[in-house]
Amino acid sequence: MGTAPAPVELERPEADEDVRPDKPWVTIVWNDPVNLMSYVTYVFQTVFGYSRAKAHKLMMDVHHKGRAVVSTGSREEMERDVSVLHSYGLWATLQHDE
Amino acid sequence: MTDGFRAVRGGVSIRLDRDEAAVLRSMAGLVLELVEPPEDGGDPLEALVGISGTADTPEDPVLARLLPDAYGGDREAAGEFRRYTEGDLRRHKRENAETVISGLAGLGPDGGELVLDTGDAHAWLKALNDVRLALGTRLGVEEDGGETRVRAEGPADRAALNVYEWLGGVQETLVQALMAER
Repeated sequence: MGTAPAPVELERPEADEDVRPDKPWVTIVWNDPVNLMSYVTYVFQTVFGYSRAKAHKLMMDVHHKGRAVVSTGSREEMERDVSVLHSYGLWATLQHDE
Repeated sequence: MTDGFRAVRGGVSIRLDRDEAAVLRSMAGLVLELVEPPEDGGDPLEALVGISGTADTPEDPVLARLLPDAYGGDREAAGEFRRYTEGDLRRHKRENAETVISGLAGLGPDGGELVLDTGDAHAWLKALNDVRLALGTRLGVEEDGGETRVRAEGPADRAALNVYEWLGGVQETLVQALMAER
């Protein structure tokens, strides 16, 4: 290991993009080799109140596609969802809907 | 050897022998140690209102997995979110691990049966998951076409892998017991 890499200028979205109310935010759960499939399903049921079938389908999407959108809403709502999912140890992020 | 958790009225129960209880106690202690906030003398007023001093993703991969970034491609937003939430997340994980340790303290010296209400069962569920995340990240657990693969080389790694796999089985029974309760 040597010196730290030089800082990279990241492309940042235009500021006005953040205030468009018609553009929802999404919570994404990413695939992870540790979390049990049954556990992820149970967390989706518990946190979002989803049916067993819907929670199972989302879990399978995460498992096979590497990620799945698990909830949609305002930025504040998605920050809350991400916090709760982190409390369960799921690998979750939020972002603007693509 | 424990049969794992089973659903009982109002919660779950598990029978643990002395060695199993000792493993669980030390693993919960590991999480406690990991999530202890760094004593870097942050702003006491900020600490009081729940703002942590740091906006940086932890350098240790285990801690980075337990306390992940909330914004994938936006370091500034991730840092800001972390400043306001990381303290609470650390506290939450600490409380879950403490629930495991205090529950185990109720067992006799040779182990026995532990009954948990649904609230404590959730604390155990999250704490078991935190332990598995910590061990799994340290061991470099990977998925390979549905198979779990690890980079377990020395005897210490193999011992940790045994604990990791055993905990996975115990956690699975807890999930099934809680699902049966729903």
